[in-house]
Amino acid sequence: MADLATYNFAYLDEQTKRMIRRAILKAISIPGYQVPFASREMPMPYGWGTGGVQVTAAILGPNDVLKVIDQGADDTTNAVSIRAFFQKVANVAVTTKTREATIIQTRHRIPEETLSAGQTLVYQVPIPEPLRFLEPRETETRKMHALEEYGLMHVKLYEDIARNGHIATTYAYPVKVEGRYVMDPSPTPKFDNPKMHRSEALQLFGAGREKRIYAVPPYTDVVSLDFEDHPFEIQHFDKPCALCGAEHVYLDEVVLDDKGGRMFVCSDTDHCEDRREHGHAGEMLARQEAAE
Amino acid sequence: MTDTPLLKVNDVSKFYGSRIGCRNVSFELWPGEVLAIVGESGSGKTTLLSCLSTRLMPSSGIVEYHMRDGQYRDLARMGEAERRFLMRTDWGFVHQNPADGLRMTVSAGANVGERLMAVGDRHYGNIRATAADWLARVEIDEDRIDDQPRAFSGGMRQRLQIARNLVTSPRLVFMDEPTGGLDVSVQARLLDLVRGLVHDLGLSAIIVTHDLAVARLLSHRMMVMKDGLVIEQGLTDRVLDDPREPYTQLLVSSILQV
Repeated sequence: MADLATYNFAYLDEQTKRMIRRAILKAISIPGYQVPFASREMPMPYGWGTGGVQVTAAILGPNDVLKVIDQGADDTTNAVSIRAFFQKVANVAVTTKTREATIIQTRHRIPEETLSAGQTLVYQVPIPEPLRFLEPRETETRKMHALEEYGLMHVKLYEDIARNGHIATTYAYPVKVEGRYVMDPSPTPKFDNPKMHRSEALQLFGAGREKRIYAVPPYTDVVSLDFEDHPFEIQHFDKPCALCGAEHVYLDEVVLDDKGGRMFVCSDTDHCEDRREHGHAGEMLARQEAAE
Repeated sequence: MTDTPLLKVNDVSKFYGSRIGCRNVSFELWPGEVLAIVGESGSGKTTLLSCLSTRLMPSSGIVEYHMRDGQYRDLARMGEAERRFLMRTDWGFVHQNPADGLRMTVSAGANVGERLMAVGDRHYGNIRATAADWLARVEIDEDRIDDQPRAFSGGMRQRLQIARNLVTSPRLVFMDEPTGGLDVSVQARLLDLVRGLVHDLGLSAIIVTHDLAVARLLSHRMMVMKDGLVIEQGLTDRVLDDPREPYTQLLVSSILQV
């Protein structure tokens, strides 16, 4: 039968999309609150972004332009396969350009380029509960959210300082949304936390295995937790990107040989390529050209 | 002492189905007073303590608490948020097993500081200084502040639990067999410490124990329970030196004399 391999638009059936959209609407109305939803089996393993894919599938329309990134890169396995998945099951336009995308599904980064109104950022979330490792009982953490008892979150930061002399949490850094709910921004580096604050774009978070959806609507306050005498800080890098020379961006370390050679390059590949096209060159690129 | 009781307990009963937990208990607790509840296992001591500290809802009867604003509030009619807030600020609860009252995987300093952070303290230096001060008051060396309670001995854990409860200057502390499971010399030190703290801070305390020596050392007044009923109450020295009920006489005479 020829139509065996045909799918409903964007893989999920319409009833499921409707259920997920209702969860998303609820999540947007209560910024930072984790809304339970009936997460479906997806044709990929848990941990590969089943939550993000379901959220994307529920909001995707035929005119959308989709970008998928994995740790900032458009060309890694997770990003490539999810992009191919939506090309196949929804036949939507895809791009690697942050500016052109209407929906960006991301695993663990926020693009360097400031997002604008009308764009939607969909996060893949492994563990939505920020209090999970401090209080293992889900019944108790839900009660703590309900009653706004967040002293425990600071206990974690206190432990960090007591052990390391500074707040050593570098990713999944807890934030308070609109002065109410404490939220885990998924394992993005804390470098990206300030980008969430009063962002023009809609931010949706999907956790497939844990069956939770939460959201940060546009122009919402997102404040990283800290102590008065140990304020929140983002990571700083000593050198600019080795390829495009960008400063104040998040860099990945790349090992070059087994003699300790390494370089630091932009984690956001689109941002890096865009800069190089515009004639910016970092240390390594300049050296390479000289060699040729 | 003031002339208004801190806690008013009126005819509290707790039934587990048809089984009796405790029955028709009434008393008043005054500021600065330490009350011991004694009796054998299964006599309803812990049930009563749970009813008083809102960990269990009584089947009938009223427990009223004198709030800091001077009002009496029926604990059963309080909202959950308010009740939990009361429990971590104005009250303390010392468990028999320190692992129940402590967070075993975070440092001693954070254990003491948790309540401070829960009420909105956001200055690391101040929290740490307060924690160090409290550790010193319960005779734990300051250089143990970053150790986890897992690395502590039983007696130290119990002292840490007490520090953790007292850091927000509560007015009422519940203790469930605070010295159970400790050896005799450690018990003696702990009792000494608790007695000193209660006296210095003007705390009220309700202590559940089966150990009459603990009651004798710590409490001003005591209640003897049997089968869920309070069969005798009065000043500690009076009850222990001149027990009226046959059961109390039996209890007192069964203390081992060494």
